[in-house]
Amino acid sequence: MAEQNPNQHRQPPEQEHTQGHQHGHGHGHGHGFAHPVSIKLLLAVFVSLVSLTILTVVVNDLPLGALDIWVALGIAGIKAALVCLFFMHMFWDKGFNVVAFFSSLLFVSLFIGFTLMDTGQYRDSQDKFPREKRPTPPVPVVEPPSS
Amino acid sequence: MTTVETTADHGDGHHDDHHHGEFIAHHFDSAEQQFDSGKLGIWVFLVTEVLFFSGLFVAYTLYRYHHPEIFVDASEFLDKVLGGINTVVLLFSSLTMAWAVRCAMLGQNRTCSRLILVTMVCAAMFLGIKAVEYSHKWDLNIWVISKYNYDSAAPHAEPALGLSQMLGISDYLLVLSIPPAILLIGFLICYVIFRSRQQTRVAGLFAALTIMMGGYFLGAAGGKIYQDFQDASHASHAGEHHGEEHAGNYVGPDINTSPQDIGIFFSIYYCMTGLHAFHVIGGMIALSWLYYRSLCGHWRSDYFGPVDYVGLYWHLVDLVWIFLFPLLYLIN
Repeated sequence: MAEQNPNQHRQPPEQEHTQGHQHGHGHGHGHGFAHPVSIKLLLAVFVSLVSLTILTVVVNDLPLGALDIWVALGIAGIKAALVCLFFMHMFWDKGFNVVAFFSSLLFVSLFIGFTLMDTGQYRDSQDKFPREKRPTPPVPVVEPPSS
Repeated sequence: MTTVETTADHGDGHHDDHHHGEFIAHHFDSAEQQFDSGKLGIWVFLVTEVLFFSGLFVAYTLYRYHHPEIFVDASEFLDKVLGGINTVVLLFSSLTMAWAVRCAMLGQNRTCSRLILVTMVCAAMFLGIKAVEYSHKWDLNIWVISKYNYDSAAPHAEPALGLSQMLGISDYLLVLSIPPAILLIGFLICYVIFRSRQQTRVAGLFAALTIMMGGYFLGAAGGKIYQDFQDASHASHAGEHHGEEHAGNYVGPDINTSPQDIGIFFSIYYCMTGLHAFHVIGGMIALSWLYYRSLCGHWRSDYFGPVDYVGLYWHLVDLVWIFLFPLLYLIN
């Protein structure tokens, strides 16, 4: 860690980091667009991500019934938010980039939502033409080797 | 590692006297404008990636919405612990990636290269564990829908190839491990060649690539040991419950959902995790490029864009897995 920063004499980056904050996302300050995230914060995010992973596995064994998928997705959502905000620097990024990225979620929800609305339409025809039953293979396909 | 250090020192030592705008393309006014343009570009790329994956998420949602019971049965075949370990491996690689971005911003090229190497090794470990999971399913005759032939009474596929019998691993795992093995040996040979030619940076890159492929075998070995342990403990349970018929040859859960239905789950599973695995491989290639450039000492506080962009891509791969893990492995 005790490494010499070759650019130290030109622009101490940690200092610029705070300057960038005051000027709102470091616009128009020459090279002041680097936002190094502190190691402590990175480690804290990692520890919380791992804890949430363990939590989601443990909670999965609890009898929550139909709620379990929402609990699992909720925890995944919190993890995703942590990754986006701190690992992907969204917290310090330009608003336009954030909006651009989240616009994808809008289209994904339209995609899923409209497809789900539509699926019931084919129920009648499905019932009218039941699937042909495939016979299950009577013997395993892979032969044990002759020893 | 000595090569890495010497090259990093070399790079750090003399890049200060390079002219200022070494990496700034002529059509940009400033380093910041170039960085911002690249950043917007990578975010738009990530949008297309999200939409790319969303097609599979729609397939998943629809099928689960209409047939929740199939998902409960099918997830019996997926091992939560292996999936969980893989999640932690990917999260750790995200941590080292984010840390590498910080180092690039501070111009700490040597630390940056090491963190990128750790990220590469984690990526390969992830694939190693995935290979164990895939080959275990293939041993049980669980493929995509048209090839789904799981039978709870049928035995495990026994290794038929000589080498896999010798190693005590499944044929499928052996076949999956051939490309990484070839790459490992190839990278090692390249390392020796470039080292003897005194091309320390290129040699350093190949040393890193060799270590990365080692990560695959580390993951595969770890996953395999865990899988054998699981199979052994299941076999002893099966022996207690069903008399002697299953003892020593446990094959998997006793599932009797129509194979036609459960096969669709596995079609979705293979598509989602397979597409994700291809993204991991793509990430490994991009990371190798970053590693080489770190050895060259290219990063400084006004030029770190590539590390940041690849980092964003890598975190997206992590994000996709964060959702895949509960959706595929954690179903009760």
